[in-house]
Amino acid sequence: MLNVIGQVIRRDLLLAARQKADVLNTLFFFVVVVTIVPLGIGPEPNLLRAIAPGVVWVAALLAAILSLPRLFANDHADGTLEQMLLSAEPLPLIVLGKAAAHWLVTGLPLTLMSILFGVAFDIGRAETSVMVASLLLGTPVLSLIGAVGAALTLGLRGGGVLTSLLVLPLFIPVLIFGAGAVGASAAGVGYAAYLLLLGAFLLFALVLTPWLVGIALRISVE
Amino acid sequence: MTTTTAPRFNLYWFASPQTFYALAGRLIPWFMALAVVLTLAGLYIAFLVAPTDATQGESYRIIFVHVPAAWMSMFLYVVMAFWAAVGLAFNTRLSSMLATAIAPTGALMTALALWSGSLWGRPTWGSYWVWDARLTSELILLFLYLGFIALQAAIDDRRRADKAGAVLAIIGVVNVPIIYFSVKWWNTLHQGASVSVKGSSMATTMLWGMLIMALAFWMYSIAAVLFRVRTIILERERRSDWVRELAAQEKLK
Repeated sequence: MLNVIGQVIRRDLLLAARQKADVLNTLFFFVVVVTIVPLGIGPEPNLLRAIAPGVVWVAALLAAILSLPRLFANDHADGTLEQMLLSAEPLPLIVLGKAAAHWLVTGLPLTLMSILFGVAFDIGRAETSVMVASLLLGTPVLSLIGAVGAALTLGLRGGGVLTSLLVLPLFIPVLIFGAGAVGASAAGVGYAAYLLLLGAFLLFALVLTPWLVGIALRISVE
Repeated sequence: MTTTTAPRFNLYWFASPQTFYALAGRLIPWFMALAVVLTLAGLYIAFLVAPTDATQGESYRIIFVHVPAAWMSMFLYVVMAFWAAVGLAFNTRLSSMLATAIAPTGALMTALALWSGSLWGRPTWGSYWVWDARLTSELILLFLYLGFIALQAAIDDRRRADKAGAVLAIIGVVNVPIIYFSVKWWNTLHQGASVSVKGSSMATTMLWGMLIMALAFWMYSIAAVLFRVRTIILERERRSDWVRELAAQEKLK
């Protein structure tokens, strides 16, 4: 039964590999957003060092939101989604596979790219590793919660913007603790609590969101 | 079918849009009257009876609007999520209609709490807004209300809109305990809880004024929600016989 997760991941990765543009666009968007902030604020190093974690995290959020419609739209268009709903395999597992594949092509490259931005903003090695850890724990949560938003707004007009509106309030706790972890590390205060809370969010999301996404998909596709 | 006779005891008698429409129509004047009376009493206490505050002077009197609005904003969200969940689980239309009716009043209360709190913050904290836990989570509550309204507005099929909104409302209900406990969990600028089931640290007249205003806001909310749900019922049931008859008799104003 758990094989289905691997199957779905493999399929989604294959599809993503055939349309690399989608994947690279999201990563590129992330890079561009982070890059234009210093251009707008000015190159004062101390200021940039202070805002770096927040900027990287907000850009990660926006990039995640940007890539959400693609999560179910293609499958919905060609009928595969209906087959998934009718499948004998548990829908939450299929959803877990799709969210995992989504994270592998958006969240993970983003997290790795953030190492470069740790250097670009000159935040130091310790803070960079905390930032990478926070993104590593937080971006899967974004994929999972985002999947709920994508499922609820499947096929609706105004799609992408409406999804962002629904999903951003739910992302905010992840943002607060993710950026807060790096901020705490930079201030010399303990950051473990923040990372542990992010881990808790991840576990919570892993358990609850596949079920909720399943319900939302059945509502949207009926 | 034009008239219905009530059976001896049926728990679900008012679960039908038709019977609930009539019930709501009879209840609204009572709740509005209560709201008006309680508001007058509360404002009388607020401005003429309650003493000047030791630290804040007269500006503290915003509390008589700010706290009731904030309490209602959280309470209405939970009630909305409850009815939306009932509608999702039992597939009852009226429950979902009620949830849809509650959302705008809840959003109004949230906006009022944020606005009055902002005006209160200026003389006491020195700024209209701070990014502390309680204010931020109350702002998130406003976004959740608006998201619920936006999602239901974007879906044409009413039943799909009901269910999708229900999923969203249920997910968002996690935010309400966060708002409530935020002053305890984080070091915030916002005042901690001075009222609890065990007692309060406020002067008695201030407490009574606040509780009466809270009750007034509650009565108003009920009246407003009942009024709105009647409109929603008429819209959604417009093809049914009883609505057509009401329209024909020009009883709909």
